[in-house]
Amino acid sequence: MTFLQQLINGLHVGSIYALIALGYTMVYGIIKLINFAHGDIMMLGAFTAFMTLTTFQLPIGVVLLITIIFCAIAGMLIERIAYKPLRNAPRISALITAIGVSFALENLFLILFGASSKPFPYHINLPPLSIGPLQITWITIITLLLSVGIMLMLDFFIKKTKIGKAMRAVSEDEDAAQLMGINTSTTISITFAIGSALGGVGGVLYSIAYPQIQPYMGVMPGLKAFIAAVLGGIGIMPGAMLGGFLMGIIESLTKGYISTLWSDAIVFGILILVLLIKPTGILGKNIREKV
Amino acid sequence: MKNSKKFFSKIAVMMIGVLFILSSSGCTASKDTDTIKIGASFALTGNVSVYGIAARNGVELAIKEYEETGGKLDKKIEFIVEDNKGSEVDAANAFNKLVDREKIDVFIGSDISGTTLTIAELAAEKKIPMITPTATALPVTEKGDNVFRACYIDSFQGGMMGKFAATELQAKTATILYNFGSDYSEGIASTFEEVFQENGGTIVGKESYTNDDKDFKSILTNVKAQNPDVLFIPDYYEMVALIARQVHEVGIQSILLGVDGWDGVIDQTNDFPEAVEGAYFANHYATDDPKPEIQNFVNNYKEVYGEVPNALAALGYDAGKIILEALEKAGTTEPEAVINALKTTNVDYVTGHIEFDEKRNPIKSISVIKLEQVNGKLQQKAYTTIEP
Repeated sequence: MTFLQQLINGLHVGSIYALIALGYTMVYGIIKLINFAHGDIMMLGAFTAFMTLTTFQLPIGVVLLITIIFCAIAGMLIERIAYKPLRNAPRISALITAIGVSFALENLFLILFGASSKPFPYHINLPPLSIGPLQITWITIITLLLSVGIMLMLDFFIKKTKIGKAMRAVSEDEDAAQLMGINTSTTISITFAIGSALGGVGGVLYSIAYPQIQPYMGVMPGLKAFIAAVLGGIGIMPGAMLGGFLMGIIESLTKGYISTLWSDAIVFGILILVLLIKPTGILGKNIREKV
Repeated sequence: MKNSKKFFSKIAVMMIGVLFILSSSGCTASKDTDTIKIGASFALTGNVSVYGIAARNGVELAIKEYEETGGKLDKKIEFIVEDNKGSEVDAANAFNKLVDREKIDVFIGSDISGTTLTIAELAAEKKIPMITPTATALPVTEKGDNVFRACYIDSFQGGMMGKFAATELQAKTATILYNFGSDYSEGIASTFEEVFQENGGTIVGKESYTNDDKDFKSILTNVKAQNPDVLFIPDYYEMVALIARQVHEVGIQSILLGVDGWDGVIDQTNDFPEAVEGAYFANHYATDDPKPEIQNFVNNYKEVYGEVPNALAALGYDAGKIILEALEKAGTTEPEAVINALKTTNVDYVTGHIEFDEKRNPIKSISVIKLEQVNGKLQQKAYTTIEP
């Protein structure tokens, strides 16, 4: 029974990792950029929710909506200001810029809010759901449902809508897509908007589950989500989800059965193993780079 | 190039010479014998100034009250404070300035362990009787037999809570959840384990986490299976708030126990008071303790500084009183006499009855505070004091 409980614990963290990992994977898929500022977008989402909750006392649904919009705009702005001018620069320049944006965001919030952590003012007041000896908190259920729902919606969006098709086209060949009359600039902007919105949702769910927020809160989950994306195969959306859930479950089981101190080491160890056996990640396809 | 190097080295030698003359002349200069100079250094600015200012206020109040009530010292007391910004370099400078220029007789400070260690080293060299109100690191008083402290060392409270759990709460089983890599948490955890077992308790689990952890549900799922009478969490309030919330979510029914790092947990748990309700933690003193010396102190402090004194202010106050009483007992400012008088300290203070052990750490009682919910708001209530 404890095992089942540990699995549920793992699914909870895992679904948040998966949400954030989707943002990494989408951006990487379309412009081959590892957006290291993505973890800080999650922090931005948490603080946006914190501000709207404390100053306007809005219901959580509205707060979530505002956070989504705010993070989407922030993501688009970051892309316009920091990454777009470097579109044709070497990939390493864009990568370093991403690290710069990450530091800039962290320090901005450090100046605005200080380094000490603030209690997140929202929590679900319902008693946890008891099924036999299992205790499942409502935030676990909501997080799971919400993230799976969002992923299904996203999958539909990418596969069936015009913008989704444009995204896939740009990710396959930007120049050819442009020649076919696709506005690549707008498409990339939208990708950033969606990715950042997911990061924002992840931030809110994370803060409700672990109700303390501070400017560096995005670093560790961001890193783990990045690893989740790589583990599943970066650039592939189902891979990000699979990677996220796997990460969460492995982490939870290591903490529960081996030792907390080993959990990161084991997670990273598994990543190395997977990459040794299958460099493109679990769901990655072996595509040879065209020369 | 060579020439200029020589020139500089000559100047350096000259300057060292001048310094030597100056400092030796400083030593022979006669002291003002009509006043007793009490030097102090705290972090009055910088990011640990919350601690420094509170401790300074406490000391200041002790001296002020002593003078107003007509202390038995027939000399005037001069209290000189130097800011050290919480930095070790500034602390060394502040202390040297107090000794060399102000010719202080005794020293009170500093607040955090880092700056206090630096000063203790210098004070041991110069044989200045010294007491730190709040530095808890073990090596502070090991620097020299002139260094004392008013607060208990970290590990001490672990033992006291172990005793409290076994004797007062009649707990049979306990699980310890500690922060791996934090000297504070580990030190307290090990003394708790020792004393709890000595008093007939059984440790059913010892789990650890790291500073970066946010999710404790996996560990807590194990703790739930162990089902201990008490769950001891020696850490600071931010981490405690995070853990306590998940303890509640996982459905653990054990009584939570904590230490002085818990002071402040109320502000972090406003939204889910039920998580820490009914928990006990050790502290230096309880503001609502009805003892007259405590209530007098709290009221006087509020009058002067306009806020409720925290534990650091109380310790500063006690440190001031300990020094004043030692000076009175010694009847002189001779370092040896003052140090001997300090060693024989044996009085009731705000933070409890204080006597010093052979390492000049206080053996004192500890206050246990209970967190209770009153009209949906958490409150700290003085529960009991544990004698050593």
